[in-house]
Amino acid sequence: MARHRGKGFACINYPIGMNLGGDPSQALVHSNPDGKFMVALSSIDLGQGMKSVTRQIAAETLGVPVEDVYVETADSDTGPHCMGSFASRGTHRVGNAVIQASLEARAVMLEAAAEELEVNAEDLVTDGKGNIHVRGAPSRSITTAEASGAAQFKQGKTVSGRGIFLIPLSEVDPDTGEMTPVSCFAHAALIAEVDVDDETGEVAIVEINSAYEVGRALNPKLIEQQLVGGAWMGTSHALWETTEPYYPSREHGPVDFNEYVMPGPGDIAPHNIAVLERPAPDGPYGGKGPGEMCANPVLPAIANAVYNAVGVRVDELPITPEKILRGILANGGAKPQARR
Amino acid sequence: MAKKPVQFTLNGSEKATFVEEGQNLLDVLRRGVGDLTPKYGCAQGTCGACTVLIDGEPHLSCLTLAETVEGRSVATVAGLENGAALHPLQEAFMRNFAAQCGYCTPGMLMAAKALLERNPRPTREEVVEAISGNICRCTGYEAIIAAILEAAGSGSAASKGRG
Amino acid sequence: MSIEFRKELFADERDDNLNEIGKPTQRQDMVGHVTGRSPFYDDHLFEGLLHMRCVRSPHHHARIRSIDVSAAASMPGVKRVVLGKDVPRNLNTLLSLLDFGLDDEPLISERKVSYKGEPVAVVIAESEHAARDAVAKVRVDWEVLPHVLDVEEAIVPNAPTVNETYPGNCFIYHGKYTHQKLRYGDVDAAFAQADHVIEGRYQMSPIEQAPTETCGAIAAPENNNRYVCYTSTQALFFSLGTAAKLLDVASNRLHFIGGTVGGGFGGKVDSLHEPMAILGSMLTGRPCKYMFDRAEEMQVGAPRGAERWYVTDGVMNDGRLVARKFVGYFDSGAYTRLSSYAIIKAVGHLPGPYTIPNVYADVYCVFTNRTPATAMRGFGITGVDFAIEAHMDKVAEQIGMDPIEFRILNSYRDGDMKAHRRLAKNTALIECCQVAAEKAKWSLSDQAKRQNSLTGGGGERAQLPNFTKTDENGRVEGFSTGSYAQKNKPGAPAQPPQPNYQPQPAPRPSAPPPAPPTAPPPQTPAAPPPIPRPTTQVQDPFSAPTPTPPNPPQPPAAPPGGAPRRTTRFSSISGLRRR
Repeated sequence: MARHRGKGFACINYPIGMNLGGDPSQALVHSNPDGKFMVALSSIDLGQGMKSVTRQIAAETLGVPVEDVYVETADSDTGPHCMGSFASRGTHRVGNAVIQASLEARAVMLEAAAEELEVNAEDLVTDGKGNIHVRGAPSRSITTAEASGAAQFKQGKTVSGRGIFLIPLSEVDPDTGEMTPVSCFAHAALIAEVDVDDETGEVAIVEINSAYEVGRALNPKLIEQQLVGGAWMGTSHALWETTEPYYPSREHGPVDFNEYVMPGPGDIAPHNIAVLERPAPDGPYGGKGPGEMCANPVLPAIANAVYNAVGVRVDELPITPEKILRGILANGGAKPQARR
Repeated sequence: MAKKPVQFTLNGSEKATFVEEGQNLLDVLRRGVGDLTPKYGCAQGTCGACTVLIDGEPHLSCLTLAETVEGRSVATVAGLENGAALHPLQEAFMRNFAAQCGYCTPGMLMAAKALLERNPRPTREEVVEAISGNICRCTGYEAIIAAILEAAGSGSAASKGRG
Repeated sequence: MSIEFRKELFADERDDNLNEIGKPTQRQDMVGHVTGRSPFYDDHLFEGLLHMRCVRSPHHHARIRSIDVSAAASMPGVKRVVLGKDVPRNLNTLLSLLDFGLDDEPLISERKVSYKGEPVAVVIAESEHAARDAVAKVRVDWEVLPHVLDVEEAIVPNAPTVNETYPGNCFIYHGKYTHQKLRYGDVDAAFAQADHVIEGRYQMSPIEQAPTETCGAIAAPENNNRYVCYTSTQALFFSLGTAAKLLDVASNRLHFIGGTVGGGFGGKVDSLHEPMAILGSMLTGRPCKYMFDRAEEMQVGAPRGAERWYVTDGVMNDGRLVARKFVGYFDSGAYTRLSSYAIIKAVGHLPGPYTIPNVYADVYCVFTNRTPATAMRGFGITGVDFAIEAHMDKVAEQIGMDPIEFRILNSYRDGDMKAHRRLAKNTALIECCQVAAEKAKWSLSDQAKRQNSLTGGGGERAQLPNFTKTDENGRVEGFSTGSYAQKNKPGAPAQPPQPNYQPQPAPRPSAPPPAPPTAPPPQTPAAPPPIPRPTTQVQDPFSAPTPTPPNPPQPPAAPPGGAPRRTTRFSSISGLRRR
């Protein structure tokens, strides 16, 4: 009886968003008279960081500091339509809508500034610190607060913008499946190293090494949150979770977290991540969506690592100790494969 | 149904309310006295989102009969801040990005607070043990462990390894 | 735990000097989270709040003979017992808002139940406790029906009909087929010439999203004769639109507030709680809360459904994949919810991130007597990615190739034609493979290390197959494409008459049945040219990264009697209309 070490590899790509009804999202942006902005969405923040990433996107586009922007989500009286937060669509679809809305609001702000400075709006740039100045002449400047105030109280302009992002529906051919499924893809490759106990069938993750390509990492800390948490969930899906442990039987279904088991804080393994950034041509500042794809490579990588460790192919998820032990038994013992 | 008066301190303030027979502390805190920081996750004692401190010890408020806190001291996240200043644990959670959806966070913070009060310099293993009854579905726990170690000053965010 | 940003890769495609983008800015919601102030839906207090609990089916499949609520209605604290007849428009499918699919699911079932846990009555009471007590007093007279739980057993002739809207237990695509097809080249011809043909079967079991906050909603009468609804939804306007439809109320009489949600992972899209809570509020004039407890969340809340995939690969000795065939079954449970669309997403994703000249898929959305399935993190993709990548490992082993080098060899690159007939762009799979290998100290050959996603693609690899073998397997009658919205004009019958429709059994990959008689005979192409083979043992499989497609030449004439190729608007996938 022994523990056997094995390594398994998997790589994936992941389609961002949906080809469903145009997959639209809208955004509205407006400023207070002192140049502080609000972004109104009906998109949902369920932990992925919707409010935060759209806030940075709005600030970047408006040309103001991030502190000058707040995002308010999901009041149907004020937030314009959004399909919702799923399908890794949020950053890409909503981010693009926020860019469009912010560009419109920015244009009005620059027009107001131009009128005050008596220059052409096309000659104005923002410094991202709350100032608007003539390109190449930083001394000819006005603050975003002054420009917004002038728009509101002198010029009668609304510093506001509307945005929508929509990818027209792509027809699906019933006979060949021809379609334009989504707009861009994220990528990942992952190597799981496991120990498999051939007496208990238990799998312990020793280490995970991964490379995730996410488009541009719009906020590296939010990316880190998603990738670390997503890989944890992938591990859980590979080895632990199901509501129907003997599918298709509906017996033995768990009803609480003592029965629906997942790895706890004591079960996590070191995970070494590399983030690659190949910007999506149509993504907001090149961003894609890391939220779903981060879990996907973990499942097959662990299955392949279990095979490498003890020579058992478990093709039915989750890879429970019972399935591993039955496989070992059928093989007449653990059959470790070539060390990698 | 007969109701019973219960008096206790909540984050240092005197509270008096009436509770029903069998009513749990989570419900009384949230609906009875309006402290919405402990969360309902399962009402089975299996997720830890409702963790509060009773006389300094962590308890699952969903499994605690409200009448049993008579005369005792209950602490929740609502009492963590000192005036406008965040508690060191709250600051460490922020620095380490140790929350995503934020729903398990109040329970995690209270479990961590209980740990640091009885063991100001915990090891990683002791931190893991202290939060092992608290389920987080978003983070994969690593940032939470790092935050608690950092708040204790006994470890760093770079701490690695198995629990 | 460590994380590094490999900025040197694709550096010339980015401007890394932006003001806010790329900065590790603190989350806007973090202070709220660490202080417990973030307002989740249940963190809104209402005086006089009522609680709703469902009476649920104990059977997988049963007809409802009668429901007796008299004992329950007279229990202390009970305000109302709600039945299906109280729902203004008690039939819906979530994606009907996008003109995709037929209404097939009641909010509260009236005639029959098709899964264990299906709601048939709802108690509204002063406390959750009182509601639970009253639920136990509702008496339902059941006529238990035969049930079916396995996807492949559900689609054989004479299987019990799970979902009366789709009598063959398959969602109907384009009003035409029992499954979504992908046809690219000719896999059978390629298998015949491949050095190895390797089959596999993969099964995903249902997975619970398990957010720490369970699904729920609180609704209350608002001023201006409107209703406010605080909700945990992941899709505010899906939920608002669904509630407006089921309750037959103008959408602007509903005021939805959400946006701060305790995890979702796909499990909070189904929009069942919002219409239920608003209905309760409409019927009682009081604030009403409807939430899943944890046991309901796990067993009644829709999971990511089970998926079964059969994968067959044709591969040459030098490692080139020349054909890949899929037959997939999504277990949708009793109703459609979102599995129908997940299959569109899956089919657009096949054959994974590889350039393979012949690809085939038949993917079925199957109704079984289990909890309806819905979205979950990676929906439509995670299951088939498991199948593909577990299979890749087996194929690499069989041909004696390093599993990572095998992926790099077959990886898609910029400019390659994909099976859904669009060119690949912005690819980065090879770089991910290389970096992951480097981090894990997994040694790769110099040739593998030299490959990249930007070069080596396109050219011959950008060509569509000369010939694609198509078929009409799984053709159904009695459904027609058309505007779904027209079908559902007010006054249209909620349950159209049943078509005379007998489903074809789904072909298993090992022994596909012949095409049904209504289908034209598949065109037999001229014998394909042999797949080019290296004359000697391959020294450098990467030297010519073009996997030469074993495409037969274009047949001389169009297939006789073949249905004219018609591109159907997506809504007609959707928009099946019964004749």
